[in-house]
Amino acid sequence: MFVLIVGCGRVGSSVARNMLREGHEVSCLDEDPEAHARLEVNLDRSWEDSGGQFTVGTALEEEALTAAGIERADAFIASTDGDNTNIVIAQIAKRRFNVPTVIARILDPLRAEWYEKQGVNTICPTRVAIEMLEKEVLEAAGTS
Amino acid sequence: MGEGSGKYIIIAGAGKVGWNLARELIDKGHEVTVIEDNRNRYGTVEQELEHNIQYGDASELWVLERAGISRADMVIAVTGDDEDNMLICQVAKEKYLVDRIIARVNNPRNRPHFELLGIKPYVSATDLILRLLEHEVPDYGLVHLLDLPEERLEIIEMMLGDDSRVAGKRVGDLSMPEGSLLISILREGLGGFVPTPDTVLEAGDEVLAVLDPGLEEELKSFFGSDGNSAG
Repeated sequence: MFVLIVGCGRVGSSVARNMLREGHEVSCLDEDPEAHARLEVNLDRSWEDSGGQFTVGTALEEEALTAAGIERADAFIASTDGDNTNIVIAQIAKRRFNVPTVIARILDPLRAEWYEKQGVNTICPTRVAIEMLEKEVLEAAGTS
Repeated sequence: MGEGSGKYIIIAGAGKVGWNLARELIDKGHEVTVIEDNRNRYGTVEQELEHNIQYGDASELWVLERAGISRADMVIAVTGDDEDNMLICQVAKEKYLVDRIIARVNNPRNRPHFELLGIKPYVSATDLILRLLEHEVPDYGLVHLLDLPEERLEIIEMMLGDDSRVAGKRVGDLSMPEGSLLISILREGLGGFVPTPDTVLEAGDEVLAVLDPGLEEELKSFFGSDGNSAG
């Protein structure tokens, strides 16, 4: 599988490394050239020598997406630090480039919920954290 | 609501554009709420607009709901961030079913994205200035006055040079490219007028034509000189 990950922060870079380790082809796009260093955390070779691809560019620029290989991507992950950016580029990946699997990380539960209903595949870490916290608190309170 | 002509308008972004728009619209008797997420900017603008501005991030749904988006007649997104403007307009239109939206495009290269998401109309200051520039420089060639992509029509303007192949010809004798029509002539001293078949074109005339998209080059060489038929 060819995976394109846009936004190479803590989440994006970890997913990228894991996918690469599992034998997938991985391409990352980030506007910050320094993001490349994150990809190499705990790698004994460089990201490129390990088989990864890294492109510097803005996610909204079609040239950058094309350079990063969006036209042959099987999966697209939008994990920049901006919810709105992720929502917009996920729709571009889906509607313009027809990427089969598109997933957007959306931190705001309300936006995540609505866009999920509109057919955008979303992951909302905030919602997960809320659920875990509630469960933890209730369990701890129940056992004490 | 819905009485009289006053509308309820929400403006996202209290920059120069948003603030001045709000002023004008309030003057015209509309009800306006501006939403601004920069605390300092909010503080500055609030001194003048008072209850007409709210502090918050307009791309958060609860902020839009607090501003009363469900009864808004129009949402105008003029923040300095294109993704924010796209999201605010998409949500306004598709979730809250707001009748009219207007978006500002900061980076003209993002125009295709606004179109992809069905966000229109949009306004790009860069494009407007470029058009004015084109208009100020007739040598530039053909000037787009109006594009109606849905209707598949364009209106263009072109100055006839001294060496124009149509200068001196009767309009009735012109064989305009199929799919185009001469609709008006602007002539020094006469202003604009609608030509008749007997009107004779002169060098220096500015001609306005309506045409099917894609005929620009053909029209350019039609009105141009014999020497540069390729445009």
